[in-house]
Amino acid sequence: MNILEVSHVTKSFGSNRVINDLSFSVPEHSIFGFIGKNGAGKTTTMKMTLGLLKADAGEIFVNGEKVAFGENATNRYIGYLPDVPEFYGFMTPQEYLKMCGDITGMPGEEVKRKSEELLEVVGLSQAKKRIRGFSRGMKQRLGIAQALLNSPKLLICDEPTSALDPVGRKEILDILHSVREHTTVIFSTHILADVERICDRIAFLHKGCIARSGTLEEIKGLHRSSDIEIEFLEAQDAGRFLGLCRNCVQAEAAKVIVSPNQEEGMAEVLGILAANRIPIRRLEQLDATLEDLFMEVAGK
Amino acid sequence: MRQFHAFVKKEFLEQLRSGKLLLCVILFCLFGIMNPAVAKLTPWMMEVMSEQLAESGMTVTAVEVTALTSWTQFFKNMPLMLIVFLILSSPNLTTEYQRGTLINVVTKGMRRWKIFLAKMGVMASVWTLGCLLSYLITYGYNAYFWDNSVAGHVAFAVFCFYLLGLWLISVLGMASVFFNSPGAVMLAMGGAFGISYFLGLFPAVKEYVPSYLLESASLLAGVKAIGDYLPAVLITVALLALQGFVSIIAFSKKNI
Repeated sequence: MNILEVSHVTKSFGSNRVINDLSFSVPEHSIFGFIGKNGAGKTTTMKMTLGLLKADAGEIFVNGEKVAFGENATNRYIGYLPDVPEFYGFMTPQEYLKMCGDITGMPGEEVKRKSEELLEVVGLSQAKKRIRGFSRGMKQRLGIAQALLNSPKLLICDEPTSALDPVGRKEILDILHSVREHTTVIFSTHILADVERICDRIAFLHKGCIARSGTLEEIKGLHRSSDIEIEFLEAQDAGRFLGLCRNCVQAEAAKVIVSPNQEEGMAEVLGILAANRIPIRRLEQLDATLEDLFMEVAGK
Repeated sequence: MRQFHAFVKKEFLEQLRSGKLLLCVILFCLFGIMNPAVAKLTPWMMEVMSEQLAESGMTVTAVEVTALTSWTQFFKNMPLMLIVFLILSSPNLTTEYQRGTLINVVTKGMRRWKIFLAKMGVMASVWTLGCLLSYLITYGYNAYFWDNSVAGHVAFAVFCFYLLGLWLISVLGMASVFFNSPGAVMLAMGGAFGISYFLGLFPAVKEYVPSYLLESASLLAGVKAIGDYLPAVLITVALLALQGFVSIIAFSKKNI
């Protein structure tokens, strides 16, 4: 079943059409990477899903229920982490989560138990001071705790890692990865390494519509490169190989990249290496990186 | 009800921890004390100034001070307190838009009308508490020094002023739904009062506008009767309800 279905949605701000007949769906229990340049319409799509912005045309369904602007009945299925989560600085994290729990209508005991558990998970259980004194990373972690408080079916994160240092990024990604069993995660980003690290499905948003979408493997498969990279022990081995093989270029002194023009490229390369007894350090079939895809999508 | 209660609790906590509540309590108390104090000091001040006034040809006879003097001071001073209170309260909703703090609350499933009512309710409660403090302090001192019975319909006269404050709080709320900056909210409040005051200049509608409630001090000396203020009271209550209704409808469709 799809937890989120976006169907032919259009949104303009003035004369600027930000979302243009956008359609996609997110199946349950996936981690969905929503990729696009700044200004591609990621945040707008998320805000429409949350009923915070009105779509000019089209429909959005969360867990089978239609989203209505200004209403928030469907938000009971959703946990939302804004790109820069803002809290009431005069409250402590415990007080803030208690307020969130009361708003969502969770039983008092469960709010207490879940708050303690989540503050432990995000590493804020010892933070007793008021939120006003929190760093950006601490606020981001509290943002995740509040978003997960009511065990939502869908967690929407808007660029959760873009402002964090590598340690903070890893922590946030680990948390997102750990909740996938119960929660479907959608996160928008332009940091492709994060996508490769945790996402199983991705969609490239470009100029307000989906340019590519599918599982990570499918997307990469569409653009699989047949290039082979060989690293030799000695530079002279690379030289010998260059003389024997067609369609290859020397990348570094002891490194050669072969771009075979037939499917048995790998067999041919291995044959040449074996027949001539050329020693190698490493041989790798090169994959298309998401960065290549991103550049291709964004550049077209 | 739990949602509403949670947000009201948050609002009170904010008033308390930001120091706004304490500031308001202190100011309302000061304004309450100021009225009898000024009345009590008037004869002394007159005496001090009498020599100076005599030089310029004015003679000062004994000034008789009663509770009426103190209540007149109340109605002269409290409008200033109302302005201070409105300035302190004007960023109440706009700060939430500017900082984006309502996003988390709304995406948690909080009904927007509850947010609006909770905010207005807490503001109105602080105003009620403040007016009550000023009233009781002035009343207490007046009873101690003089006799409150010389002034007629004090409670109703204070209620009229209090109601005017509630009306301006509801204007503040409505302006905060349509505008995103505290400056614009203040301007809108000034504009609403200005319109009411301007309409009040025409004798035909003078007694039907909210700003007429500001003249409720006329009840004290018996110049006017309670009945003279009833149309303005009813119209102000009707405006309060209408503004509340419009604000809630507009707030539910606002981009926050």
